[in-house]
Amino acid sequence: MPEQLFQFLVTGITVGSLYALVGLGFALIYNASDVVNFAQGEFVMLGAMAAIALLSAGLPLPLAAVVATLATVAVGLLLERFAIEPAAGASVVATIIITIGAAIFLRGVALLLWGKDFHSLPPFSGDAPIRLGGATVLPQSLWVLGATVLLVIVVRTFFNRTLLGKALLACAFNRTAAQAVGINVKVMLRLAYGLSAGLGALAGILIAPITFSSYEAGVMLGLKGFSAAIVGGIGNPMGAVAGGLLLGVLEVLGAGLVSSGYKDAIAFVFVLMVLFFEPTGLFGHKVAERV
Amino acid sequence: MMRLAGLYALAAAVVVLPILWPDNYFVIVVGASAGLHVILAVGLNLLMGYAGQISLGHAAFFGLGAYTSAILSTRFGWPSLAALVASLLAVGVLAWLFARPILRLRGHYLAMATLGFGIIVHVVLVQATQWTGGPDGLSGIPPLNLLGWPVDGDLQWYGVIMAAMLLVLWLSLNLVDSQVGRALRAVHGSEFAAQMMGVDTGRAKTQVFVVSALFAAFAGSLFAHQQAFVSPDSFNLIVSVELVTMVVLGGMASTFGAACGAIALTFLQQGLVVFEDYEMLIHGALLMAVMIFLPQGLFVGLHQAAGRWWRASSRRL
Repeated sequence: MPEQLFQFLVTGITVGSLYALVGLGFALIYNASDVVNFAQGEFVMLGAMAAIALLSAGLPLPLAAVVATLATVAVGLLLERFAIEPAAGASVVATIIITIGAAIFLRGVALLLWGKDFHSLPPFSGDAPIRLGGATVLPQSLWVLGATVLLVIVVRTFFNRTLLGKALLACAFNRTAAQAVGINVKVMLRLAYGLSAGLGALAGILIAPITFSSYEAGVMLGLKGFSAAIVGGIGNPMGAVAGGLLLGVLEVLGAGLVSSGYKDAIAFVFVLMVLFFEPTGLFGHKVAERV
Repeated sequence: MMRLAGLYALAAAVVVLPILWPDNYFVIVVGASAGLHVILAVGLNLLMGYAGQISLGHAAFFGLGAYTSAILSTRFGWPSLAALVASLLAVGVLAWLFARPILRLRGHYLAMATLGFGIIVHVVLVQATQWTGGPDGLSGIPPLNLLGWPVDGDLQWYGVIMAAMLLVLWLSLNLVDSQVGRALRAVHGSEFAAQMMGVDTGRAKTQVFVVSALFAAFAGSLFAHQQAFVSPDSFNLIVSVELVTMVVLGGMASTFGAACGAIALTFLQQGLVVFEDYEMLIHGALLMAVMIFLPQGLFVGLHQAAGRWWRASSRRL
């Protein structure tokens, strides 16, 4: 039994890393623009599907991954320019609906480009399982874990140590004040969408050898990433990472110990419980509403 | 009189259309489907448009209404009318229990909670196979029996659904103009200010949440008996988003706007069936475009534009 639990934990952390990356993307955009981007899951799907398509077109895997990521970044920038910017100052409900519309639109594009079939990438370094204590780990899981740790460190360093990162944070705290000290808020917004799309695409490419991707793959991933961001307290990037890991482990434990069919329900029951008892997430700030 | 003029006009149209085009698929069958969508959209609009509370899981109440009715009438042999009433009661109680903790949340947290609720209900419908029939759904649901008159055949169903739709519209129009309706609009404007004026905002929000869920359950129960078959796919996240689209398309905070949005989207979907692969593309683009360029909704926007034009031209005369 302890061995089985250890196995669940390993699998859960792999799944959770993915949710953490998607959640991080949510937090980035939310911080810069107060918008929850419901198309975040579609960035993940686009990254995976584009990499798969480029690979089968004959590009080597590393090049396919880079091109797919850049293409998704371009989509993120276009989304900001043509859907978010024109609706500046819209209500929360309006921006939610706009990004849901964008998500459906991107799904529609993927459907036209790649059809309804499921695709996957070959593992980056073979698929011989590695034994680790009593559990087995796929080499791809190690890629996911390693890359997540790296990306989280990069994002953290970016916000804490670089001028650009601090400027982005300043926009999150107070847009008018940021503008007043000479930060180009418009450019910062685009930066946030580009970064977030890139993060999403990388997550999609990392996970593509483990799960199958299709034009619909982003829906559940996006929702889980959003859950991670909400559980962690929206706008708190490290909270989103913690929320993602927690959600992944819980989900795998629930699937293993209770029922695999109910795993999505278990994840969302947990999210609802968190919201009912901590309405601003586990690591969120309690902010007084401005009247 | 003027307040309900739109309702009378719609009632007249509902009667005249099948006389002009009897046996027309688009009037009788698609029309009935549009009627159910109107009930759903008008209910959701009370919550979104008037109280300003987003719900991305409204299909859950639609599904719970449908399945309660379906399970009671097939597995327990309840008469269909009793099953309908029981499904309203069950969903009403459930909505009332959920209202307080859910409506305490705001903005994105509320969106998350309603989304989560919708997904949980959908997962349960798929997984609780011994009750719901799982992904294959439940079939053999008996038609509605209104005190000895079985509702059988497309034209009869058209009549029943249209009557239900007009009833819901009438209730909604009256609710909006009642004290509760004014309290709701105050909540939408500023919840804090409403509280300062002595509005029990928690109570007002709970009431509208329950009413909105009841409308959805009503539509669900009618849908189950009309189709004689239910499956989880009719109540998933996509349906919740479509319902939001109807409300937004027509114009939030307008009962007739929501109704027009529901009718327009129903017929649009019928038309788009031909372009199956492009349906998503068009649906997504439509949502974005309406929200960016006409945030008050297509019908409300056009209505206001027409009003301006009318005033301008009458001034010239």
